[in-house]
Amino acid sequence: MPSMPLAPSREVAAARVQTGQARHISLEHLLPPLILSPSLGALLIFVYIFIGTTFFVSMTNWRTLAIDTSIRQPLFATYGEMFAMPRFQADLRNTVIFTVLFLALAMAVGLVLAILLDHHVLGRAVFRNVFLFPYSLSFIVTGVVWRWIFNPETGVNVLFDITGVNSLLGALGVGPLRPGWLTDPQVVLAVNGALARVFPAAEGLQVQLGIPVALIPTAIAAAWQLSGFAMAMYLAGLSAIPNETREAARMDGASEWQVYRRVVVPMLRPITVSIAVILGHTSLKIFDLIFAMSGVGPGFATDVPGIFVFEQTFKATRYNLGAAASFVMLVLVSAVIVPYLARSLKED
Amino acid sequence: MIRKRYSAIALALSLATAAVSLLAPASVSAQADNQLEVFSWWTSGGEAAALDQLFAGFGARRPSAEIVNATIAGGGGSAARPVLQTRLAGGNPPDTWQVHPGWELLGQYVEAGYVEPITELYQSEGWSQVMPQGLIDTMTRDGQIYAVLAGVHRGNGFWYNKKLLSQHGISVGSSLSFDEFFQAADKLKAAGITPLCVGDSGIWASAELFENTLLGVVGPEKWMGLWNGSVAFDSPEVKQAMTIYGRMLDYQNSDHAALSWDQATKKVMEGSCAFNSMGDWAYGEFHNARLVDNEDFGWVSHPGTDGAFVIVADGFVMARNAPHRENNAEWLKAIGSKETQEAFNPVKGSIPARTDVDRSKFGPYHNWSMDSFKTATLVPSVVHGEAAPAAFQQALNDAVTTFVTNHNVDAFSQALVSGMRAAAPTTGL
Repeated sequence: MPSMPLAPSREVAAARVQTGQARHISLEHLLPPLILSPSLGALLIFVYIFIGTTFFVSMTNWRTLAIDTSIRQPLFATYGEMFAMPRFQADLRNTVIFTVLFLALAMAVGLVLAILLDHHVLGRAVFRNVFLFPYSLSFIVTGVVWRWIFNPETGVNVLFDITGVNSLLGALGVGPLRPGWLTDPQVVLAVNGALARVFPAAEGLQVQLGIPVALIPTAIAAAWQLSGFAMAMYLAGLSAIPNETREAARMDGASEWQVYRRVVVPMLRPITVSIAVILGHTSLKIFDLIFAMSGVGPGFATDVPGIFVFEQTFKATRYNLGAAASFVMLVLVSAVIVPYLARSLKED
Repeated sequence: MIRKRYSAIALALSLATAAVSLLAPASVSAQADNQLEVFSWWTSGGEAAALDQLFAGFGARRPSAEIVNATIAGGGGSAARPVLQTRLAGGNPPDTWQVHPGWELLGQYVEAGYVEPITELYQSEGWSQVMPQGLIDTMTRDGQIYAVLAGVHRGNGFWYNKKLLSQHGISVGSSLSFDEFFQAADKLKAAGITPLCVGDSGIWASAELFENTLLGVVGPEKWMGLWNGSVAFDSPEVKQAMTIYGRMLDYQNSDHAALSWDQATKKVMEGSCAFNSMGDWAYGEFHNARLVDNEDFGWVSHPGTDGAFVIVADGFVMARNAPHRENNAEWLKAIGSKETQEAFNPVKGSIPARTDVDRSKFGPYHNWSMDSFKTATLVPSVVHGEAAPAAFQQALNDAVTTFVTNHNVDAFSQALVSGMRAAAPTTGL
């Protein structure tokens, strides 16, 4: 490649603009869109057109194996039918409760582990990997193992018996500890009555708004798997906080608790937001863990929209209903992701 | 001009990628000729062994043909059906697939035009003379027959641990009424024995208990009326059945939601509970555990269902535009043949769809079931997709899931009424 003159003469430059070089410039401009176009095209087809198709299917009469693309009248009838189903109401309740329980557990455990690892340098690399390890498992594996653990007759309840916890409780006059875990159909802390006083429309709810007991073990299993991820994120965040900041706080007389409470944790806020968004959308879309661990659960105590979509689409062949539920899931996930994306775009 | 050259290469590469991605599907169409693709969800030990008997029957007729065994694991076809639906919708059907007669065959596959009639096989092979007309009717639409059955299970079985019952002074005769069941259940409960075992993880086992109870209360005639719309799901006798079902649930094991159906059967064998309402695939569990008919365990019809035979049958079809028609016709002929039916059914634990088989090849239970098959009214099962559309089947499962925890009869019957309305094939309700 011959080296080009750094400052071409005016005539040469003018000649370039007039002749073939003009094409060169326009090619330079065209190239990025041209190279991007296959992936943009794929994105358009496989994401946006599919979202549109799903929405279209949710508006049709398609509810047998034979494709039927006539529009269902009145419009949105399938959505009305779906929101009136006690099962779907339970699914929405479960999604919210599961997300809150799972996020709180995973982030709390992740933060504590990260702080401990940040302190004790000995064996740090080993423990970091030990805690991160569950993250590499498939949700199906986690689900199957934790289903065994929470089996009321053979799982963790046996541990209560052989460790003497139950004989101790028996001696104290309290009955033995034998929770039903995944088989417990109860919904605790139901707020239907209180809600109906504020919104009379809540009387129409066919589902108890509270915490389904059977959902707690699933949140524990999910937190077990993903708290390692939260820990890794927090560790990265902690290493970015300069030691001088903590030293300064200590010089000002802050106790170790206050250093964390007032300085370190507030400085980790961006990390906390990222974890909440990443785990939050995982939780809203969860299917495999729950499907393997408990299925729909007693009285839909552990049912989630993902399982609803799968069963209504492929078992009941109600394609319009499955599509409608998928669309609601998309809206739920967008409610979490879009504000986050908007914020990070503004920051850029 | 390195930059320009690189740009050109990049452009060419991206265009090539796009071209390949557009052209790729066109090149995948080569298929071997002498094959037969059989789609089923028979993967567990006994089921796979039974499927091998069908393959052997076909192999005797077409030794050179290669069988493509497209089984997909998953109880009751829960994982297989989505795959099948996708393949049918995509115009890439297997040659033949496993199907239940009744609505699943006629409403789901015949209506949508995915299968071809095989009426001429019924004539040429003489099946119409040796298979009950009531059974053939469940596969007939507009005078055309669309499937051939390999074997028939009886859905309304009520199994019990004979030794356990006699220990508590309970004997069961040739039939059991609801009152007799509840008396026995009270006695067992007082002695600290769980009377009824249910394994309803995946809910259908509890739905089957309800199905049998409903049939026992309303009888076969009104049972058929439920599916043609002449009997409503909020009629008094249906609600009465729901109340009895709720009472039966009061006697069930506390860990029912954590168990599968076969684990519940196992609990009956172990003697930790006494009764189990289940189709006769449960017989296979007793048999495999080497328990003796009428000695270790016994059976009657589910209370109230003596005169009825709930059909849970497995058949195979001829796909429309099947890639290997000739082989498929031989496959269906093999399934309907006497030899294959006699080889398949003892392994599968069902009875043959033909009534002219050698009964000495079957044990006491299956001879009892064959007697019932000849004399009882044959009725379709809703839990196994024969009596009503899949959408109603799902609505039933959902309603049962809720009822098991809240025992609300009015909400239960209301859910079934609206489930039937949503499943009706009419549009724009």
